[in-house]
Amino acid sequence: MALLQIAEPGESAAPHEHRLAVGIDLGTTNSLVATVRSGMSVVLNDAVGRPLLPSVVGYAADGSVEVGYSAEAKQFIDPKNTIVSVKRFMGRGRGDIAHIETLPYDFVDTEGMVKLRTIAGIKSPVEISAEILKTVRNRAEATLGGELTGAVITVPAYFDDAQRQATKDAARLAGLNVLRLLNEPTAAAIAYGLDNSAEGIYAVFDLGGGTFDISILRLSKGVFEVMATGGDSALGGDDFDHRIFCWIIEQAKLTPLSPQDARLLQMRAREAKEQLSQHGRAPITVKLGSGEYVDLVLSTEVFAEITRTLVQKTLAPTRKALRDAGLTVADVRGVVMVGGSTRMPQIQHAVAELFKQEPLNNLDPEKVVALGAAIQANLLAGNRAAGDDWLLLDVIPLSLGLETMGGLVEKVIPRNSTIPVARAQEFTTFKDGQTAMVIHVVQGERELISDCRSLARFELRGIPPMVAGAARIRVTFQVDADGLLSVTAREQTTGREARIEVKPSYGLSDDEITGMLKDSFSHAGDDAFRRALRESQVEAQRLIEATQSALQDDADLLSILERAHVDAAVTRLQALMIGDDRRAIDQAMQGLSAATNEFAARRMNRSVQRALAGRNVNQISL
Amino acid sequence: MTTFDLNFAVDYFTLFDLPRAQSLDMERLEQRFRSIQSQVHPDKHAHAADADRRLAMQWATRVNEAFQTLKSPGKRARYLLQLLGHDAQIESNTAMPVEFLMSQMELREAVMAARSAADETALEEVRLHLLAEIKGEYERLAGLIDVSKDFSAAANAVRQLMFQEKLLNEIDDALEAVTA
Repeated sequence: MALLQIAEPGESAAPHEHRLAVGIDLGTTNSLVATVRSGMSVVLNDAVGRPLLPSVVGYAADGSVEVGYSAEAKQFIDPKNTIVSVKRFMGRGRGDIAHIETLPYDFVDTEGMVKLRTIAGIKSPVEISAEILKTVRNRAEATLGGELTGAVITVPAYFDDAQRQATKDAARLAGLNVLRLLNEPTAAAIAYGLDNSAEGIYAVFDLGGGTFDISILRLSKGVFEVMATGGDSALGGDDFDHRIFCWIIEQAKLTPLSPQDARLLQMRAREAKEQLSQHGRAPITVKLGSGEYVDLVLSTEVFAEITRTLVQKTLAPTRKALRDAGLTVADVRGVVMVGGSTRMPQIQHAVAELFKQEPLNNLDPEKVVALGAAIQANLLAGNRAAGDDWLLLDVIPLSLGLETMGGLVEKVIPRNSTIPVARAQEFTTFKDGQTAMVIHVVQGERELISDCRSLARFELRGIPPMVAGAARIRVTFQVDADGLLSVTAREQTTGREARIEVKPSYGLSDDEITGMLKDSFSHAGDDAFRRALRESQVEAQRLIEATQSALQDDADLLSILERAHVDAAVTRLQALMIGDDRRAIDQAMQGLSAATNEFAARRMNRSVQRALAGRNVNQISL
Repeated sequence: MTTFDLNFAVDYFTLFDLPRAQSLDMERLEQRFRSIQSQVHPDKHAHAADADRRLAMQWATRVNEAFQTLKSPGKRARYLLQLLGHDAQIESNTAMPVEFLMSQMELREAVMAARSAADETALEEVRLHLLAEIKGEYERLAGLIDVSKDFSAAANAVRQLMFQEKLLNEIDDALEAVTA
């Protein structure tokens, strides 16, 4: 029997352990997963060597789930239980979804985010996306031969808070530790910028299957600074397919279609679109279930004509982003094309015409987002190599605000603010003796509340009765590095913290997520308790390693007494983490965190001072 | 190495180790911003302990806020006046010279006319005109604060500037509506 190895106290077991981290491009049409191996970012293929995973999820009566090519193949047989382009439903209500009447699904009439009734029960877009992420995670763990430390998941830059939160929830449901939500065009810029040592102003034009983003970045000395972003989170290749689909129906004078025929025609429409990227014409021949034949030819000219307004819809946000960045097209050094839909010739032409230069197509538009995400995941997981010292500064795509009297919006954080960002604003009461206040958080650019997206409603209670206008309610918005918002409210005059209630309008509550997690455990036969214990143990190990590395660099910032205090907390956690008392481990972790709070603050002050002195920590510790 | 105790509460100029003045070495500001952000950004502490990560987010937030404030000449002047003990009275004082108000009203009328006529070129023209005006105001502000130290005139200029910047936003909205 092999002997188990135990490291000396105070030393980490594997100081140069390579942590497994991946970048995941959770796309509307296809998903990809990539990782950094031997310093190179590579896409991980499936068992038969295919890089793409079609973002298609099929449910069967026995509760089994199929994801990818096998599900895609069944979409004509069972369109109602085979979900394609689920990304378009993330964080969205019924009213938000375009052409909902042509979709073959059975939507449940519900408040907030849409839900679909399938043969395996009612599913939310978060659960459906989690199936895709689970498949991707399994692929990565099988290929890399171990458990993942974490993942960077990409989202369209123009995704609002509800859509981002839904994506993060899906990852949590799939058992992934999310290191960061990363904007897709920014991920592409990392892959492109590092690959080409690019410097200057670049635009990333990202037209995917269901979303459009435009980001303007400044690349300078290892800093990727997003200056402005814009887009349309409901515009993509699917819409071009839909125009062809409508054209076919019109040309062939077809009567209402069965769901199977509709799906078949949509597929033919997409094939025709793909063919037109290479050839001048695409024949469309279909035999429908009704026995009718369709026999048409679509030319590039007609395709450009029927999609002219869609192309225009990409140019308006592009101009707006340039204006927001305070730039003109003459300032832009290159336009990086991302997303399979940028292969369409009319898109290439329109972009070249607007920017007065040929766009850059030297990266695989389908893989570049996953490759960039993998590079950031590698860095965030702590696999930092020499020369990896770059920094990413991203922005929020849409303004965040509050509802005020008369259904108007007061903007608190304007769009294109660099994240993380926090802003506080004071509000007051409207009526004498008012003791409660509804704080309605919205996202969007319009002045009327009804034109913006409702993110959450908070109720602030316990305001002391005063005359109207006397109370001072300070509302603080904090957007973290994932672009996710948290809001707190406090009554100022009494200094008393008032109670707040959060009711996400489009997200899932923590209870719902916990319920779904429990369900998935019981289905998988997994033991929820063991898994939670394992998570705490991993977290404890991480905390100990982080503390030890901090002590190695900056122990001189602690007095002998303080040092002894920290050491005692480390020893206590080390002793407990071998056991199986999860609560005790969590308490010991809190103890260590508390013991190192002041130390962390001093270390941060020191690193800022060093930054100003023009030196970096690595140079000093050598 | 700097000798002052650099902590979370210092003012934005001290944070970037820059003199308290309206004329600012922008290149230096950007370089300082990047080097500090390279130390404190949450991405640099992603695998650290919770306390460090929380702290990193607070620091990065503050550094971003400081940079945005000092980068924009209007925001910088407002902040600087406040530091110097001369509140620009943005909310309470709405008095403005008549000539200024007249010229702004004319511009506003031009924007509204161009908007309803969907005249993109006219909007761009007003925008450029206003940008030039704002640029002139920036230069005047630097003189008022740094050279003549006429803080009450500077406060007036800051209020006018806010007026002009608001109009610029309206032009951008109009351009968006026209080109969409």
